[in-house]
Amino acid sequence: MSDLHHISVRVNGALYEGDVESRLLLSDFLRETLRMTGTHVGCEHGVCGACTIMADGHSVRACLMFAVQADGLSLQTVEGLGKVSDLHPLQESFRQHHALQCGFCTPGMLMTGVDFLEKHPDATDEEIREGLSGNLCRCTGYEHIVAAVRNAAAKKKEASR
Amino acid sequence: MKPPAFQYLRPTSLSEAVDMLASAGEDAKVLAGGQSLVPMLNFRLLKPTALIDINRISELDFIHEDEAGLRIGALTRHRVTQTSPIIAKRFPVLTEAMQHVAHLAIRNRGTIGGSVSHADPAAELPLLMTLLNAKIKLTSKSGTRELSPSEFFLGALTTALEEGEILTEIELPYLPDNTCWGFEEFAQRSGDFAIVGAAVTLTINAGNCDECRIAVLGSETPIRIPDAERMLVGPSPSAEVVTAAAELASEAAEWNSDLHATAEFRKQLVRTLVARALKSALDRQRSGH
Repeated sequence: MSDLHHISVRVNGALYEGDVESRLLLSDFLRETLRMTGTHVGCEHGVCGACTIMADGHSVRACLMFAVQADGLSLQTVEGLGKVSDLHPLQESFRQHHALQCGFCTPGMLMTGVDFLEKHPDATDEEIREGLSGNLCRCTGYEHIVAAVRNAAAKKKEASR
Repeated sequence: MKPPAFQYLRPTSLSEAVDMLASAGEDAKVLAGGQSLVPMLNFRLLKPTALIDINRISELDFIHEDEAGLRIGALTRHRVTQTSPIIAKRFPVLTEAMQHVAHLAIRNRGTIGGSVSHADPAAELPLLMTLLNAKIKLTSKSGTRELSPSEFFLGALTTALEEGEILTEIELPYLPDNTCWGFEEFAQRSGDFAIVGAAVTLTINAGNCDECRIAVLGSETPIRIPDAERMLVGPSPSAEVVTAAAELASEAAEWNSDLHATAEFRKQLVRTLVARALKSALDRQRSGH
């Protein structure tokens, strides 16, 4: 069954147009069609959070959306967050606090963290833990990730003063 | 872990959606937030011939204060329900329950209509529909109908939705004045599905409890426990009455038994959580909230 749909989607500011099959997951569209492999794919059923990206300003699981549903949306992936030479403040905070080991969960942690800090600029540690609870990390034990988000929140507040 | 092939349809109005659903046949599914449906597709537990994506039907996305009740459109995202000031004012118990619904990214996408239609026995929203006497409104090409939670929830993942029908709206009748509430849930981790949940309201005027509602999740569908509710009605419910009502509640159903908890464990949790929910409601009433 050939069921192709023409979509036009903005990813990190750049416009992509093309035909996609109905069943193509947004995560596979990013990784395999666009070859943007920063978005990781772990469980493919919405549990691990590794594929979290931003869609029109809100974090979503890319494995629980179809590419065709992103038609007309503006997406942000970890590639759009910062560069090695110019890290996003949350990425810099992750670096300083050793908030990653193997790095598999990191893109999802970062995108969740960005959305979380936008919605909860004054978060307590408990709220940070709740905010990150949908993202699994098997290396760090989470302590350093929480510390990184806490520090990024404090820096963000300082900067906005 | 890739979904099977299906035809994708994206209506922009409700009338277009019901037409598409009628012509797509019995193996078509409605796609809203997709936070339960897409995992089932990825696992190939379902093979729908067509998915009718209602995400662009803006007429299903609203929260409206009517005379008799609050009307919530099926496409209202969990994040919006969780943070709505109108819901916090009218149904603080719903606001509290929403804090327990999944995780940030899931709440950004998941919808009230989707969660209610999916009818997961461990989900908070069906429990709250049961507590709040929700009117669940369904539309098909042949018209609309309105069901109560006990008419709608038939079993685990099983509802009264018929072929060609879409859940369009939830109406929550306002609670009487002087109603206090309690919500308690036990889950293994933050954001996990509940193993047991209990939600209660008590309407207390001049020290007398006029109405009590006790809803529990932990069996095939969320249930109300009228026998326990009746025990609370009367002059200022005592701690002994709370304990006895919770004991009765724990005997009220055949609790689920699965990988996460045995029926016996759930029974103990029902007893504990119903008592806690009732106590927290009474504490709120005493402290004037």
